[in-house]
Amino acid sequence: MRTLEALGNLLLRFLTDIGRFFILAGETFRGFLRPPYDIRAWATQIVRVGFDSLPVVLVTAVFTGGVMALQTFKGFARFHAEGYVGSVVALSMLRELAPVLTGLMVAGRAGSAMAAELGSMRVTEQIDALISLATDPVQYLFVPRVLAGIVVMPFLVALGNGTGILGGYLVAVRLQGANPVVYMNNTFQFLELNDLWSGLIKSAVFGGLLTLIGCQKGYDTTGGAEGVGRSTTSAVVTGSLAVLVSDFFLTKILF
Amino acid sequence: MTDDKVPAIRLSGVSKRFGEKVVLDAIDLTVPKGQSLVVLGKSGIGKSVLLKHIIGLLKPDAGTVEIDGQDLWTLKPVERDQLRRKFGMSFQEGALFDSMTVGQNIAFPLKRHTKLSRADVKARVAECLGLVHLEGIEDKRTSELSGGMRRRVGFARAIALQPEILLFDEPTTGLDPVTTDALVRVIDTIEERFNPTMVIITHDLKVAFALAERVAMLAGGKIHIDLPPREFEACDDPQVQALVKGDSTILTEEPDLVGGAAR
Repeated sequence: MRTLEALGNLLLRFLTDIGRFFILAGETFRGFLRPPYDIRAWATQIVRVGFDSLPVVLVTAVFTGGVMALQTFKGFARFHAEGYVGSVVALSMLRELAPVLTGLMVAGRAGSAMAAELGSMRVTEQIDALISLATDPVQYLFVPRVLAGIVVMPFLVALGNGTGILGGYLVAVRLQGANPVVYMNNTFQFLELNDLWSGLIKSAVFGGLLTLIGCQKGYDTTGGAEGVGRSTTSAVVTGSLAVLVSDFFLTKILF
Repeated sequence: MTDDKVPAIRLSGVSKRFGEKVVLDAIDLTVPKGQSLVVLGKSGIGKSVLLKHIIGLLKPDAGTVEIDGQDLWTLKPVERDQLRRKFGMSFQEGALFDSMTVGQNIAFPLKRHTKLSRADVKARVAECLGLVHLEGIEDKRTSELSGGMRRRVGFARAIALQPEILLFDEPTTGLDPVTTDALVRVIDTIEERFNPTMVIITHDLKVAFALAERVAMLAGGKIHIDLPPREFEACDDPQVQALVKGDSTILTEEPDLVGGAAR
């Protein structure tokens, strides 16, 4: 009986969480369209989410591209298909690896930072102060962050695509002795514009999801400093899961 | 301007519970325009919860909250925000925005809700800081301030829009007697200057008697006593006397030591 109760509670909490998410998401999207438009706050968030995430995103991409080349080269050599390494690296970077890994990185960096910031504001009554100053906290805090996430992620992923392909090229040409011209030809031979777009559109969705989750976790923080810690962890875990799960469905349904 | 006979604040049958605990139990409370009401009570009894209901930071489980005759919770969110511009609220620890300087904190409501020019905003910020005797600290970070200064900056931010209703949540708790006295004087100045309707939450009797035109005591989720200060002090109710004398043995039931401020 006790186990059932615990399970029920868990389910209830999960459903409440999801409900909360959609309510706040709705309020945020309504906030996009309603004045005041806080351009300066938006710009600040673009710098924080985008520019500050750049190093970690680029390093991740260059090594992922490199390791892809290393692995596929080994495998493809078994049936003499080394020539297709470039295509595989480019295709998997554009369609899958760059968007998802960038999403995970940004969830770890920006999503957690948002949860920590809004969580501290909650426990020090700064969010109450916003409301008392006749300011809608969702519009003031969520909108610039989520908008920044949606706009910035595709750019990060585009740069990740480039560095990933570069990483693959360096490994294949320098370490495994592939012919540079042939490799480059192969890279772009089978690519379609759709591969690029699908990755970029997915990444915009990821950007919206993980910033919304980060903001929501922070906004709903209870229980002082410990609560802020919990929210931050939860933002990273939930944000990463949201990226991975939504990735599957987006790929299946849309592209 | 609305009719002067309509009370600034009217709570009718306001109830609130957190989990199993009933914090407010069908509270009726009316504050006429321009009056200053002090709400006393033990720690954790729900004073802050009451205050948060007045400005709509918390939604009552039952009952209505009317500000200038308008029911806070039948309004659309945008209209509710509009109504909140009549309010200024000072929080326990100041609740200053720590991503901004002192000046930006005070300018925040001005930039958001008025069309004042940059110079006018600056002048108003300086004026508000002058009122709380903190001239020239516009560029300080909020982390550089002492507890007393934070509250005074909080006051300055609360009065920036010259609100009709001012709410103070434990304005002096945790401060030394001298700073407390200074803060009481600041609140007095604010009252003389703007004649706002004020609700002040405290458990400091000196503060209460210095500022109140009316003292209400919250106990057991109800307004237990509601009297002018002199009569309140003289009232022989054991709960009042326990608070006035600071003597817990007057009470028959044990004080709730596990209680604390809500949230």
